[in-house]
Amino acid sequence: MSKTLYDKIWENHLVHKQDDGTCLIYVDRHLVHEVTSPQAFEGLRLQKRKVRRPELTLAVPDHNVPTTDRSKGIDDEESRIQVETLRKNCKEFGVELFDVNDKRQGIVHIIGPEQGFTQPGTVIVCGDSHTATHGAFGSLAFGIGTSEVEHVLATQTLIQKKSKNLRINVNGELPKGVTAKDVILKIIGTIGTAGGTGYVVEFAGDVIKNLSMEERMTVCNMTIEAGARAGLIAPDEKTFKYLEGKTMSPKGENWKKALEFWKTLYSDKDCKFDKEINIEGKDIEPLVTWGTSPQDVSPITGVVPDPANEKNEDRKIAMERSLEYMGLKANTKISDIKIDKIFIGSCTNGRIEDLRLAADLLKGKKISSKVSAMVVPGSGLVKEQAEKEGLDKIFKNAGFEWREPGCSMCLGMNPDQLKPKERCASTSNRNFEGRQGRGGRTHLVSPGMAIAAAIKGHLADVRKI
Amino acid sequence: MEKFTNLKSIPSYLSLQNIDTDMIIPKQFLKTIKRTGLGKSLFYEMRYDENGKIIQDFILNKEPYNKSRILLAGKNFGCGSSREHAPWALSDFGIKCVISSSFADIFYNNCFKNGILPIKIDEQIVVELSEYSKRKKEIEIDLEKQEIKYGNKVIKFEVDSFKKKCLIEGLDDIALSLEKTSQIDNFEKNIKENSPWLLKND
Repeated sequence: MSKTLYDKIWENHLVHKQDDGTCLIYVDRHLVHEVTSPQAFEGLRLQKRKVRRPELTLAVPDHNVPTTDRSKGIDDEESRIQVETLRKNCKEFGVELFDVNDKRQGIVHIIGPEQGFTQPGTVIVCGDSHTATHGAFGSLAFGIGTSEVEHVLATQTLIQKKSKNLRINVNGELPKGVTAKDVILKIIGTIGTAGGTGYVVEFAGDVIKNLSMEERMTVCNMTIEAGARAGLIAPDEKTFKYLEGKTMSPKGENWKKALEFWKTLYSDKDCKFDKEINIEGKDIEPLVTWGTSPQDVSPITGVVPDPANEKNEDRKIAMERSLEYMGLKANTKISDIKIDKIFIGSCTNGRIEDLRLAADLLKGKKISSKVSAMVVPGSGLVKEQAEKEGLDKIFKNAGFEWREPGCSMCLGMNPDQLKPKERCASTSNRNFEGRQGRGGRTHLVSPGMAIAAAIKGHLADVRKI
Repeated sequence: MEKFTNLKSIPSYLSLQNIDTDMIIPKQFLKTIKRTGLGKSLFYEMRYDENGKIIQDFILNKEPYNKSRILLAGKNFGCGSSREHAPWALSDFGIKCVISSSFADIFYNNCFKNGILPIKIDEQIVVELSEYSKRKKEIEIDLEKQEIKYGNKVIKFEVDSFKKKCLIEGLDDIALSLEKTSQIDNFEKNIKENSPWLLKND
């Protein structure tokens, strides 16, 4: 019988299946950070349980870490305790940790691929909803809660039921100035934040095939914003090339064996998906969000929508609430919206390619005197590479701050937060109320669009700078 | 885990769609290393103003809703992050059942691990039940029979049989999975033979 890529990975990981369809699936790779793990380790201690396979777990502090000078430690007491707790837990249970001052430290979803910890055909989990990022390598990767983190630590497995199969084909080619971030925002805008609920999504089509590994990660990263459990892309030569020689990638004879297996990871030609959606690349423009849900997208050439035109009463109320929170009036031109802050970074857009693209657009220019802007590289290695290429100088000369790696203003658990009513063009993944700071207003954009906004001082079309 | 028994309560109603986990429990409360004590911070930015003063108008700050054990909510409840702090905060506040026409996946699963029953039901029924919230009348949840009772009506709801069993019996699913250790051992033996590259240090 022909199978989807998700079917194949699922079946490969089935340890046990109950009559009611509840399955125990094996977890190949487990990533851990400081926010969602302390209670899991505590649970193990209380029950006198061990970590079954400590070498299959990799830990890193990322959410709480300051992005300014770290040599003096973390000022915020609760943040410091959480990071120290992770350190203690890793030592006690024998889990490898990339600590705060290790140059391999970074956002958990950036370091996995960077190290070759992320591999095709694996099941990868983490107590973090953006785990879907790793699906770019053709792995089944998804976020779990803390109780499940504890379950994985204790058993190296998870209790799961199989999701349905959804394929999203992005066909044709992307117009100039349109990037992976616009592709995923378009998808979320099309199917809605609950459009993928109950599904694992396979992204396919020529546009997806032509994306680089970094761009594929951007697409998979925000699958959760469409409600889906996971998003994945069949591995190909690009995937293999990316992984070859990475620290934790297979070596020698194992590499050959792995490669042979990885080449079988695709959805069979005549396999059946429960649902299929087609999007044409040519229809995608540079996008921004205007509201407080990632589905609230508009082309940069558009206007803020008018709730008066919305027929669904609940949706209308939600739109009105969003516009009030965002301090926006219906029918305002998107490109007239003034911006106070620019944030380039996060597990969505904090990789070296994102920084290259941004720096290339910024070269020789200055940011508007009305904005403050910062770049937070996704990891210490991204930062190091960017500095080797002189990207840091381009950013700094233009007026950007150049920071230490971490999650930073994507969710503002560290001091990087918006003040009430401050408006930010952000390359992150969520524009929820209060996400970047209480009362803060977030417009999700691609790195190129963030640069356009930084230069102009208002949301602006990247194709025109 | 605490066993789930039948519930009777005046429900609270939040009609808003897409209530995300950042709303349920904002980031500043994720710095805890404990599971308890989050109830007072549930829906923080809706319950307290910028100065930390209680917003009297907000439903969960008002009698009798501050004692609600059942929450009715708009569709796609719990979207966003995987933070289990969301069900911890609900549970610590006293809410043991959330009823909505749809839930985000991770939140939905997290509820069951914490003795909370999420009930997915037709939107029209949520609206019907919301009348009971407004009238300050109790509704009843019978998990064993999979029924919601209100007024003289009884309606059925769906729930996964395994998850139901775990809730009713308060089962520790790690202990259940550890009973399958020999199967996990065999699975790993198989990996070692067929996919040796997956076992990092072997």
